[in-house]
Amino acid sequence: MASQPIKFFQTGTFTIGNRLLPEAARSIQSDPLRANSLNCGHRACQGCGEALGARYAIDAAIRAAQGKLIVANATGCLEVFSTPYPESSWQIPWMHSLFGNAAAVATGIAAAMKVKGRTDVRVVAQGGDGGTADIGLACLSGMFERADDVLFICYDNEAYMNTGVQRSSATPPAARTATTPATGGQRGARFGQGKNLPLIAMAHHISYVATASVGDLRDLEAKVEKAIGMGGARYIHVHVPCPLGWGSAPHDTIKVARAAMESGLFPIMEAEHGEVIGRRLIRKKLPVEEYLKLQKRFAHLFSPVRDAAAIAAIQAIADGNIRKFGLMEEHQQ
Amino acid sequence: MSHPFAATLEVGSSLVNRTGSWRTERPVYVSRMPPCNHACPAGEEVQLWLYHAESGDYQAAWKTLVKRNPFPATMGRICYHPCESQCNRGQLDQSVNIHAVERFLGDEAIRRNWQFERTASPTGKHILVVGAGPCGLSAAYQLSRLGHDVTVHEAGPLAGGMMQFGIPKYRLPREILNAEIARIEAGGVNILLNENVDDLADVVASSRFNAVFLATGAQIAKRAWIPAGDASRIVDALQFLRESGIGEPPSLGRRVIIIGGGNTAMDAARTARRLGATDALIVYRRTREKMPAHEQELQEALEEGIKVKWLSTIKAAEGQSITVEKMRLNSAGFPEPTGEFETIEADSVVLALGQDTDLDFLRNVKGLEFEDGLVKMDGNMMTGYPGIFAGGDVVPSERTATVAIGHGRKAALCMDAYLRNAAPEPESTLELASFDRLNTWYYSDAPKTVQSVLDTVRRQTTFAEVIAGLDESNALFEARRCLSCGNCFACDNCYGVCPDNAVIKSKNGQGYRFNYDFCKGCGLCAAECPCGAIRMEPEEI
Repeated sequence: MASQPIKFFQTGTFTIGNRLLPEAARSIQSDPLRANSLNCGHRACQGCGEALGARYAIDAAIRAAQGKLIVANATGCLEVFSTPYPESSWQIPWMHSLFGNAAAVATGIAAAMKVKGRTDVRVVAQGGDGGTADIGLACLSGMFERADDVLFICYDNEAYMNTGVQRSSATPPAARTATTPATGGQRGARFGQGKNLPLIAMAHHISYVATASVGDLRDLEAKVEKAIGMGGARYIHVHVPCPLGWGSAPHDTIKVARAAMESGLFPIMEAEHGEVIGRRLIRKKLPVEEYLKLQKRFAHLFSPVRDAAAIAAIQAIADGNIRKFGLMEEHQQ
Repeated sequence: MSHPFAATLEVGSSLVNRTGSWRTERPVYVSRMPPCNHACPAGEEVQLWLYHAESGDYQAAWKTLVKRNPFPATMGRICYHPCESQCNRGQLDQSVNIHAVERFLGDEAIRRNWQFERTASPTGKHILVVGAGPCGLSAAYQLSRLGHDVTVHEAGPLAGGMMQFGIPKYRLPREILNAEIARIEAGGVNILLNENVDDLADVVASSRFNAVFLATGAQIAKRAWIPAGDASRIVDALQFLRESGIGEPPSLGRRVIIIGGGNTAMDAARTARRLGATDALIVYRRTREKMPAHEQELQEALEEGIKVKWLSTIKAAEGQSITVEKMRLNSAGFPEPTGEFETIEADSVVLALGQDTDLDFLRNVKGLEFEDGLVKMDGNMMTGYPGIFAGGDVVPSERTATVAIGHGRKAALCMDAYLRNAAPEPESTLELASFDRLNTWYYSDAPKTVQSVLDTVRRQTTFAEVIAGLDESNALFEARRCLSCGNCFACDNCYGVCPDNAVIKSKNGQGYRFNYDFCKGCGLCAAECPCGAIRMEPEEI
């Protein structure tokens, strides 16, 4: 696993900070002088997972790049809530791009830095799952295959939230969205559709691919730090619950993210050059129901009648992930 | 036209956008009552001293501990630790071994000769404490800390009361107890030994004291009328324990019957075993479930080979045997005789039937009221005579050293208020930090540290201490198992999980506050607070 093994400081071992740890071993987010790259006053909804994930990731990137970081941002929720012209919440050199070309813009920034001899400056492109998996995939795939010196971070909230929760290719099966309603004969997003961006990224054999979640800060920070320190094209896919689009309570954002990890539905792993080299083990295994029940987008699976077949199919996806990535200890070599 | 092409507005920060106006609920930091503190009869702030112990600052932990209880090394050994039964960690894996950490801190204080600090300025008031047991010494210590001049009159030859003369050495080595008593004396309490108060009315009339605290305890063994022949040997458990404690045990023979089911019966049986009673048998009239002795004491007694005869009562003692009658519980749960008798060989019988008070010295004090041999008092522990307070075994209560220490402290605070003509501080009304308030995800699994136990043969033959203490490394481990229920332990979760940067962490790393200009009231901080130290309160709209 990317994160350092935590020594046995029971009181709050899994918390963001820990007064019992030496300063150097504490998380970036626990630092009273952290960068706060995404500052107060942004217009994200209450309990926004994406706002949280973006600050976690970019604060870590700033630390790793020693403050010399340029970010290209795809259009999407993240941009709309953070930078409605003329004000911005970003406290970093930050560039607006179109919905689909953040990867290409970042490639250009990286090329410019190379020409100027600024090897000290690191470049990050970021966007949502729509700008990454759907609209921006061509630019992203190009960035990958050219091995451009860019870290692309995707904040995956599993639909187009900014425009009113339409399905994206990252929307999970059975999820209700505005375009996959759960009314009449329809039961939310179809099974057997969608794509897995981390695996697509791995297929490009780029230097680094990782998944992370706002539910595990230490893991996320360690991966961003590692990725910033590497060259070539890198990709991190961060799972960020969306209270609005998922119909979860704003105070449950982390709980939902955690349930996704602990059920196996969102596997946390990392890969180098197309090969999985680490995974985050499940600590307290949960049935997928514990994840689904927290979200109104899956409410039709439980009422008016329980859709046992759909729940079993989702459980099978989670079990498949656990097998495939070895998320339980007994699968470890 | 200083703007670039197509730009007509000055760029600015989002800080102009006060998202706090979205809020319908606001988070507030709270302190809730940890269940351990709540359960502690001595009123210890367990969570708080564990917090200091977690960082390895044992002296700060000890100082916090002794604010409430001047006997940590003693109580870490003999207290039945109701704190641990209530510990929220018990619902997660196993409760924190609080008493073992307390004992470690107490032993560490003795080893390093830590002393009490006297902070209050002298008040000029002089207080008499009658009785140097746990209750009297606790009160004397607290009163002394508050700046009062305290004199303790102890009728016996040593201070400590039942801790000195009742509790066997294998549970409480006397050098530990005496070190803690000596520290109280060094802190400014004047203890006069062999100083019997014959008539309190004389003392009151002398006007030498501004207030008096009665903590004489209950040393008179209850007797039962048992038809006994001349040859039979019957002793009471308190006398037996006292004589054994000072190294002059009576000769009881090999077959000893102990009558009673309380902790004193357990102590007497285990002491008899160590003195050579190969057959130590406890006879108790009810069942194991109804037995007042603590389960751990019974368990340790059974481990040492002591037998128990349940549902039996002694009818007669004659020569080398006693007659017991079998009992059964009626529908109300009370034992009633069955008419079936049995004869058991016995060299001696020890009666452990409970204790009564001796309050004869109070006979001439006007205004005192008594009930069932106990002193009546009001909610502030004051008796019917203004300025005379009472606590411990002389008032109605559970009779343990821990309760006595709590009484002592409470009485001291009430006496202090009385002497200042003020109302005593009201007791804490904090809401309980129950298990459902915790987010236990954040605590790693950690089983309880087990204290090593002396091997059985040595337990049966010597008075060496049965249960060993923790060393520094495992005491630290154990302290860190604390969940810090209801009280912030500076984990940074609120600071980290706020999507709006609306939690401000002070630069020196201690303390947080909310920035209500930007807090949207999502409640993530409260939901992810491991210990339940944040409450969401409705916003006035």
